[in-house]
Amino acid sequence: MSGTYLGMPAFPVAAHEAVRDTTLRGNLRHATHTIRAKRAAAVAEVSDWAELREAGRRIKDHTLRHLDTYLEQLEESVTAAGGTVHWAADAAEANRIVTGLVRETDESEVVKVKSMATQEIGLNKALEDAGIRAYETDLAELIVQLGRDRPSHILVPAIHRNRGEIRDIFRAEMGAWGRPAPEGLTDTPAELAEAARLHLREKFLRARVGISGANFMVAETGTLVVVESEGNGRMCLTLPRTLISVAGIEKVVPTWRDLEVFLQTLPRSSTAERMNPYTSTWTGTTDEDGPETFHLVLLDNGRTDTLADQVGRQALRCIRCSACLNVCPVYERAGGHAYGSVYPGPIGAILSPQLRGTASEIDASLPYASSLCGACYEVCPVAIDIPEVLVHLRERVVQGGEATLGGNKVLLKPARGHAVERAAMRAARWAFARPGALRTGQRLASRTRRLHPRTLPGPGRAWTGTRDLPAVPAEPFRDWWQRTSGGKDGAE
Amino acid sequence: MSGRERILGRVRRALADVPADDAPYATAVPRDYLREHGERTTGRTVELLAENLADYRALVHRSTEAELPALVARLLAGRGAREVLVPPGLPVEWLAATDAVRVPDRATDTAHRLDRVDSVVTGCALAIAETGTLVLDGSPDQGRRRITLIPDHHVCVVRVPGQVVASVPEAFERLDPVRPLTWISGPSATSDIELDRVEGVHGPRTLEVVLLG
Repeated sequence: MSGTYLGMPAFPVAAHEAVRDTTLRGNLRHATHTIRAKRAAAVAEVSDWAELREAGRRIKDHTLRHLDTYLEQLEESVTAAGGTVHWAADAAEANRIVTGLVRETDESEVVKVKSMATQEIGLNKALEDAGIRAYETDLAELIVQLGRDRPSHILVPAIHRNRGEIRDIFRAEMGAWGRPAPEGLTDTPAELAEAARLHLREKFLRARVGISGANFMVAETGTLVVVESEGNGRMCLTLPRTLISVAGIEKVVPTWRDLEVFLQTLPRSSTAERMNPYTSTWTGTTDEDGPETFHLVLLDNGRTDTLADQVGRQALRCIRCSACLNVCPVYERAGGHAYGSVYPGPIGAILSPQLRGTASEIDASLPYASSLCGACYEVCPVAIDIPEVLVHLRERVVQGGEATLGGNKVLLKPARGHAVERAAMRAARWAFARPGALRTGQRLASRTRRLHPRTLPGPGRAWTGTRDLPAVPAEPFRDWWQRTSGGKDGAE
Repeated sequence: MSGRERILGRVRRALADVPADDAPYATAVPRDYLREHGERTTGRTVELLAENLADYRALVHRSTEAELPALVARLLAGRGAREVLVPPGLPVEWLAATDAVRVPDRATDTAHRLDRVDSVVTGCALAIAETGTLVLDGSPDQGRRRITLIPDHHVCVVRVPGQVVASVPEAFERLDPVRPLTWISGPSATSDIELDRVEGVHGPRTLEVVLLG
């Protein structure tokens, strides 16, 4: 994945900073609570939600289980419709391909539709290094770009900013990128949207190259789908001469009909709308309507590694709706930046450590960035059992074992950070296998209970920092059981 | 090895656990979700379309064939439209009463030229009642995708009940994936500021829908 986040501290360290930022917490609380109630209402409107969710899950699972077949079919259909398909095994290869394609056009700027895949590979930086300026055109992405910030939400990357902060960024930065913010700009959302409209319009009208992602790709027809709200997507998809779409290989679905499921579940899950304002579908190129040249870059970048894990592969069903972020109590408090990835929240906690591996501090800590409450699973429109994958990845971090990295099978070593935990578990195993030793230990613990500290020393201090050690009873349970014949004697 | 071979090779190795007789597509995907949510009369379906369009801030009008030219003229005049974009196959009588200057949908016009046009009048491929969605497919009465994008005012005529379907699944059944499709549900909007919906960003900020029947 992108180098942007290399060297990120582990989740608890980053989250610790974030939870002290009261503005951030206020912004996140306000935004996530607004959308939660709306989503619930939008979902309640359709009586067959459970069936749609199951159909979505099964379509994605089936596609993943036959991904090679559907990718080849997709390539064939896109090519037949006049597009060119490229394959990128990792971020560097994808960036090289896209940069090369833009250079071929002799253009030095591109307009971009919001795309998670291009954020993931750090495309803007790669283009900048090649002397090509990439303009983000989604309102939230624009806020992030102008503020030299990082995205903190899948759907609304600037969710950590409130309207006042957005106004300040627009006033200070728009001038350096093009048309400055209007005089006397206030913080009303309608005025901020108008400022973005004016700022970006000149860029849309002169753009020769557009770069997008894709929400879905249909193998049978070669059709790509982009779902959006503002119209910036339509601008980028129809006005430029050249369109380059970068999409993860898991975005493919088998048939045109499959879209009838996702175009019902995605808008309701993400923006809580019956339907998002604009959806564009295109199949290759169309004579005299829209781009003359269309390139599709299929991106692996850790997806096949994820696919190789039979428990973890369900993360590839994700349609990037971000409902799991909006209901997550951990995300609401820690914010998106603490996850150290363009994919924050519960889905990020299972996706990033699979796409990137668990070698770095941040990736090894992400499976723990959850209380396992299960709200994410409940709202997921493709029924990804996020808690199941989190526990599975915790196991991988602690115990090590087989995993796939960069297409190769590797044997992961157990994480060092968990040595104390492992020693404790080994001691417990030893004691439980020896009833005599266990009994002696328990009696000793009961007798010395008045001497026990309320908090643990050393590495245990963090654990008892927020809770008391459980009190040891005056008499071990097994002694009590024997003495009273299981409570029948009525003895205290 | 090319990127293609490398990726397909990785996919195949990753799927070593999938048996050769894994359930085929036809049986792997249950389709027991609804084709349509609830039963309605045709008239009620059209009403639902009108309600849902209005709910997402489209302005909805009803008209007969005879009233249409005057209505379109009034809508354009109401916006002070001096120029109106016209798809090649738009019925000429629809614009019979307006004195706005007609700008034909030409491939040679630049985006900057279209940016000076006030309004656009089109038909549509179909409309979806349950979601309040219009779908354009680039047919002659709708024109190129960009003409319904750049002007700030879009008047879209839907023939009712003929062009109205109840649900998203019914829409997919009728639409041709080879055509470039634009699904429009209300004027452009954003939820990017505090996850609250605001209408009016890059696409037309005023969407007027005429239910013609």
